Formats: sequence, C-alpha cells, structure tokens
Amino acid sequence: MYRTKFFDHLILIAGVILMLGPLVVAFTTSTHTAAEIHSNGLMLSIGGHLEETYGKVLFRKGGFTGEVTGMTMAVNSLILGLGFAIGKIVLSMLAAYAIVYFRFRFATLAFWLIFTTLLLPLEVRIMPSYKVMSELGLLNSHVGLILPLLASATGTFFFRQFFKSVPDELLEAARIDGAGPVKFFIDVLVPLSRTMIAAVFIIMFVYGWNQYLWPMLMTTDESFYTLMRGIKQILQVWVGSQIPDYNEAFAMAVLAMLPPVVVVVIFQSWFIKGLTESDK
Amino acid sequence: MASILIDQVSKIYDGGVHAVKAIDIAIEDGEFIVLVGPSGCGKSTLLRMVAGLEAISQGTVSIGGRVINNVEPAERDIAMVFQNYALYPHMSVYDNLAYGLRNRKTPKAEIEARVTEAARMLEIEPYLKRKPRALSGGQRQRVAMGRAIVRKPAVFLFDEPLSNLDAKLRVTMRGEIRKLQRRLATTAIYVTHDQLEAMTLADRLVVLNGGTIEQIGTPLEVYHRPASTFVASFIGAPAMNLLDGAIEGDRLVIGDVSMAFGAQPGTTGSVTVGVRAEDLTLAGEGDQRLPFKVDYVEELGAHRLVHGHLSSQALTAVVPVEAEITEELQLTVAPERIHFFAKETGRRIERPGSPVEGGAVRSYAREASFA
Amino acid sequence: MKRVQFNSRFIPYLLLLPQFAIISIFFYWPSAQAIHSSFFIEDPFGFGSAFVGLDNYTDALTAPEYQKIARFTVAYSLIVTFLTLSLGLLLALKADAVIRGQSTYKTLLIVVYAIAPPVAGLIGMMFFDQHIGPFVHFVALFGWDMKVGINYFDTAFAMIAVAVWNQIPYNFIFFLSGLQGIPASIREAAAIDCKSGTRRFWTVILPLLTPTAFFLLVINMTYSLFDTFGVIDVIVKDKPANNPITLVYKVYLDGFRGNDLGSSSAQSVILMVIVLALTLIQFRFIERRVHYG
Repeated sequence: MYRTKFFDHLILIAGVILMLGPLVVAFTTSTHTAAEIHSNGLMLSIGGHLEETYGKVLFRKGGFTGEVTGMTMAVNSLILGLGFAIGKIVLSMLAAYAIVYFRFRFATLAFWLIFTTLLLPLEVRIMPSYKVMSELGLLNSHVGLILPLLASATGTFFFRQFFKSVPDELLEAARIDGAGPVKFFIDVLVPLSRTMIAAVFIIMFVYGWNQYLWPMLMTTDESFYTLMRGIKQILQVWVGSQIPDYNEAFAMAVLAMLPPVVVVVIFQSWFIKGLTESDK
Repeated sequence: MASILIDQVSKIYDGGVHAVKAIDIAIEDGEFIVLVGPSGCGKSTLLRMVAGLEAISQGTVSIGGRVINNVEPAERDIAMVFQNYALYPHMSVYDNLAYGLRNRKTPKAEIEARVTEAARMLEIEPYLKRKPRALSGGQRQRVAMGRAIVRKPAVFLFDEPLSNLDAKLRVTMRGEIRKLQRRLATTAIYVTHDQLEAMTLADRLVVLNGGTIEQIGTPLEVYHRPASTFVASFIGAPAMNLLDGAIEGDRLVIGDVSMAFGAQPGTTGSVTVGVRAEDLTLAGEGDQRLPFKVDYVEELGAHRLVHGHLSSQALTAVVPVEAEITEELQLTVAPERIHFFAKETGRRIERPGSPVEGGAVRSYAREASFA
Repeated sequence: MKRVQFNSRFIPYLLLLPQFAIISIFFYWPSAQAIHSSFFIEDPFGFGSAFVGLDNYTDALTAPEYQKIARFTVAYSLIVTFLTLSLGLLLALKADAVIRGQSTYKTLLIVVYAIAPPVAGLIGMMFFDQHIGPFVHFVALFGWDMKVGINYFDTAFAMIAVAVWNQIPYNFIFFLSGLQGIPASIREAAAIDCKSGTRRFWTVILPLLTPTAFFLLVINMTYSLFDTFGVIDVIVKDKPANNPITLVYKVYLDGFRGNDLGSSSAQSVILMVIVLALTLIQFRFIERRVHYG
C-alpha cells in the first residue's frame, strides 16, 4: 500500500512527457523561422517570430485564390463544431424522448432503424454521400458540411440511456399535475438533462471541429475550408519545396488544436462523465 | 492468537484534523474487544490502522510483541471482515475462501481441509461453487467470515459486519460470531456503533468519542459505573436520564423537587444527576416521592416506557404493565442507583458504596424484543 | 421500457421526423447506393454502367494489392490496439495509485484526446522527418536510417506510433474510470489477502476490469480501422505508392482518385460487413456483461 510511490510518479511523469512533449515542441518550434528549423531540427526554445508567424497564418491571404486566411478557416471550423454539436443535441434529444417516453406502433422498428446507423461509420459510405450532396447542391456549404455527420445514432443512444434512468415517478407526478408531453419535456426533462447536454456538447464540438475526411472531400471552394483542410493544404504545398514552411505548419497545427484542448481541459469533469456514461 | 498493544496512536489528516488522538489500549491474547461510539468517533480509523489500510501518524501498534507500523497488511497476520463483505465477485465461494491461502503458498490439501472445515462451521457448504451475487446478505456475511477463519490469523478485525443485515438476522449472527470467537480463541477487535451489539459481544468495551477514549471496561463496569455522561447516555437503552441537580446538605434537589439523600453524596453543589429508566419505580409507602408528569407512553409488551417531566426536565421511566398510568405518577429511586457527574466536565464522581453491582444489564429498548 | 408512457398519436412521429429525415437522406440512401454500385462497373466516360454481379468483390478480394493492404490493416489494427490499450492501462493504474497530484496528472494526460488525427499526423511527420525529426536523429545513433515516406517499414512505424499516441487518452480515461469503479473494500480485502501488488492486479483487478477492457477492445479496433484515416493521409501525403495504407484508405483512393466507383463500393461493403461483426460482438458482450452485483 505504501511502497513504490516513487516509481508510480516516475511512470506518470514519463507518460506526461510522452503525451505533451510533442505539443510543447510543436509550439516552441513554430516560433522560429523555417530556415532555422531546417538547419537545427525541432527546437525547444522559444524563438522570436511568434507574432510574425501566427499573424501570417491567421491573416495572410493564401491558397490558390489568394483569398483565404487562417482566420476564415478557423471560423469555418467553429461553425462546423458548434453547428454539429447543437444539431446533434437537438436531434438526438427529440428522438430519444420519442423512443423512451411514447408507446406507438413502430417504436421497435424506429429503434432498430436508428441503431443500424451505428454500424457504418461515414468513411465507409463517403462516395455515395458525396454524390447525394452533389445532387442536392450542398457541396461547398456549411449546411452540407454538417448534415451528413448528423446521420448517426450516438447522441440518441446516449440520451436514451439517460432518460431511462430518470425515475418513473417524475412522469407520474407531472401527469397528475396536468403536464402533457410537450410541457413535460420542456419543464422537467430538459432541465434535468442539463449536465448531460453539456457533456454531449463538449464531445460533439470536439468531434465536429476535428472532422477531416468529409470536409476535405466536399469543399473545393477555399472559402469553406476548415482548419483541418488547411493543414492538408500546407502539406500539399510542401512536396517539392526546398525548405517547407515548417513554422507555419506548426502554427496552424497549434491553432487547430487550441480550441478543443481548451474546451476539454476546462470542462474536464463533464467531458469525462459524458464519455464514460455514454458508451456503457 | 496474540496480544495487541496500541500505544499513543494518533491519526492526523492533511489540514490538521485529528481523527484519533493518542489512544492507548492493551488487548490480551484471546480477548474480544469492541470499539464502540457514534459516527466519526474514530473507531473505524483505529481499526484500519491496525489492519494497515490507513497509515499510523503517531504512536505504535504491536501484534504479538512485534511493531507492525510499517508492515504490509498481508504480512500482519490479521484477517478482516468488512461491512459490505467485500467478496471477490468474479470468484466462487470456494475460491474466495482459498484465495488468501493460495497467495501464501499453502499446500493444496491443506487449503482443501481448511476451507471445508470453515464451510462446515459456518454452514455454507452448499454454496461453495456459487458466486457471491447468487447469495443472500446473511450467506455473504458468513462467507466473509469464512474467509477470515481459514487464514487462522493472530487477530480478527470486524468492521461493522452486521450493519447491512436486517434486524432479526443481526441478532442471530451476533450470537454466531461470539460462539465462533470463543471456540477459536482468537483475539478480536470489533467495531460497531450499536451499543447493544457492543454489550453482548465484548469481553471489554472501548467507548470512543471524538477520537479519544471515554472509557474502557467490561460491559458490566461500563453499564454500572459509566465514566462520563457521554458513556452513561450512550450505553444502555433507553439512554440514562441526565438531569441538572444540586446537593444541598443531605438532600438532593432537582428543580423544585427534593429528596432526602441518606447515603454519602460524595460532593456538594451543582451536579449532573444520572438515573436509569429501569431504576425508577413507583413510589410505595414510606418512599421518597418524585412527582412525575406523564407526557406519553410507549408500550413494549413486556414493559412500558413512560416519557414525561420531573420538575420541567425530561425523564423516562420503565413502568410495569400492571401499573395504572395517571397524569402524574409518584416515582422513587434507591440512592445507591443514582449516579453523579461533574457539571462542567461530565466526569463521574465516585461515591463509596455505590453503585450496587451485579444484576443483569437490562435493556428496555425495542431491540430487546428480539433478544 | 418505461412503466408509464404517453399515448399520443402524432407527437412521437413528429419528434422522430428530423432525425429520420437526416438518416434516410444521408445514411440509408447513400448506403443503399453503395451496395447497389458495388454490383456494377461504370463506364469510364460516364455513359452508363454494366451489371457485373459479384465481379467487383472477387476482383478486389483476389487482387494481391488488396490482400497486401488487408494484411497490413489487420497487423496495424492489432498492434495499435495492443499498444494503446497497454499504455492506457498502465497510466491508469499508476494514476489511480498516486494520491497526490492525481487530478493534475489526469488533466495533463487527457489533453491529447482533443487532438485531431490529422494534426497528430502532422506533428508526427515532424518528429519522423528525415531532416528535422529528433526521433530520426536519435535512432540514427543506433544505425537505423529512417526514411518515413519512402521506406515501407519506417512509414508503418510512424503511423503506428502516431495512432497509438492519439488514442492513449481515451483508453486512459475509461480504464481509470473502471478502476475507480471497483469498490475500495474489495481492493482492501485483496491487500490483506495478497502481499504482491502485481499478483493482486492479475487475480483481482484485471478480472474486474474485463467489461471495460472488452468494450475498449472493440472501440480501439474500430478506431484503427477507420478513425486513423487522417493520420494515414497526412503521413502518406497523397503518394500511396509503396506506402502502407489501410483498407478504408484504399476505398477513398479507388473512389476519389481512381474513379473506380464499382470497386470502391464493393470494398465499402466488405468493410461494412466487418464493422457489423465488430459492433454485434460489442453489443453481445455489453448486454451480456457479467454483473458483479
């Protein structure tokens, strides 16, 4: 019970260095010029070019059209993250409410139809999804970025599980008090679900912000690029250049990781709660 | 089979909270010691320090003469029965019992022998192949005890093992634990908050309050000569009546009631007066009279508990079933059965010739109906 | 099922409508199309398609290229899963064991969960870059001339390293949560019954973690199969030739780069079947999870 505390800490510290080390180095390296990096390798020290590099990444108009700035991409990522999270919560709460609290003819069928969406991740149906979006004219739009991602059951199952754990007595008391389904939902269920909503929001925001494959495929118009797409773009430019813009790549990586990391760290307990309770 | 010495043991948490304050207890080989007290008095903490589940901040604990402060729990030659049994859910009952022995490289035949014997003693043979979740609370409790028995340790440690059982089962198990310990003659430390359990199980009781010992003694000692008002009101049910009074001359004055005291009071001035409900009787001819205003009556079948006031201080008395209850009763009490405690400290004031010892410990509270 | 439910006629359908609309248009319709296209070959000039039955499937499954990729995918998934589970478990065990600083360690160790696979891949590329990568310089001391992007094995190494790194926090969180769900009294009883912490781990703690472990096993396999797309894309940098890739990446390559809709769809369907199997296993184990009361 008492011993080996020293080794425990040692292993944990090693783990922290392994996990965070690359992030720290990414940041510090981004503050140097590309030439410095090329000759000296990755650096732990802080160079003098922080403002210059980040300013460039955020505000320089680049890309093929010469119109897109890092800021635009950040905004797109934000729209994707927020839109996805909000959309997911609304859709899944309503659907879960229907499945748990209503007795209707096709309830079981509805449940299984939603359940099957868990079986196929987006990666497996990207091509036809792309075709559908194209036919609907939704390529290169924010709506198109968000909608297909909403077609999965994860949020619904989460809220279903939570609703099932709400005591029956609450509904019975509400009915005696004269509340119909809509009132019960708005006045009782939603307030009760506040922590769960927060937890789901955080997880979904991070998921949406971090989306890579789908935005890459369906946005050819650079003004709709997300930060993740911007990273790919930087790497595409790399091939064949003498000294790749390491510093800008790192700066963009830091920008791309900053909001999710901040959100996860600040709302840590909600986020962990959401993760561990959603999948069990 | 060992003696235990708890020497100036303290537990201090970060932030300076003293959960246990310099406790001294000397336990003899084969003794059944009960640590009893209200929640937060430090009894569980003390037990866990003996077990090695909590670090000892100050002082030493020795088992069989060996100081075990820094010894791992598994090497202290102890076995523990937990309040919620703590059986390994993924193992069968047999494996639960055998686990500790296997880890100590006990030969298989020996394990088999010990497990079957313990199972027989505790009547859990039919369950040996089952998993804990298929057992009832009482059965699980016996498996937990079996796990402790097979180890043949020097010391048994019990951490409120009966709290999760229903009242009737508690009474049966209480007796079984007592018989078992007697039979095995193993030193035992038992923690409970239930004073009745403490009284019926213990060779000696340790009454704890706020991290310190109020009294150590046999059940009879603690019952008849409580060392403080805390012990007096904690041990025995219903709780001893504690009243504000004063000794004036040779009379005991309680509010506007007084009675001739006769015997040596041993003190003068203000005192806290202690009288057990069962020591109050209906006054007969020639007895000192204490006018008692009745508020309400609790019928216990064999007896009655009458609650009321003596000169505006609350009082409870045991009254036989045949007696007639009126609005005011005249009570009396023998002077030898009155306890005096210092008003400021609550400590007992000793008197020559009191109390009269002997006689059974009487408990009139509801639990008695199951005894 | 709830004991008490509403009996309303229309409301449930109204509530389900948004979700179903989205699911039909963006899940069932594309999935059906994928299955449908898998049985056809598209004319390269876009003049229509010809039904070829199971040809796309057999062509894909028998192609040596596909089999090579399939083998790599299996190996990759197994290695990544094993490594990330072990490291996540190790860190969780240690974090659970220390009292002081536990919440700090916890915070620091979960940060990487928020890092997107492509970002992880980018950072990984730096560490394994021939010119500036510190890891490359380090192993050069031992005679290992690492060329990520050129050498198959080196690239695979980088992919595995990055994928493992990215997923450790997820496993860490779940294992830690699982550990803290084991009642303290059982661990104390084990401390009294068993001197060796290692033995306690194998005989008591790990068995009680099996529900969590099974769950994570399936999740990690799914992760390696699909979510690592970003890692692979970034490391391979659009030059898949002779570089290790996974099956899902090949779906993307054949579909979007190679314009072979039929083959890509057939591969998609094959992957669908695999995921189906994995998810069913997960649900069987979770529903049938031993409840240790």
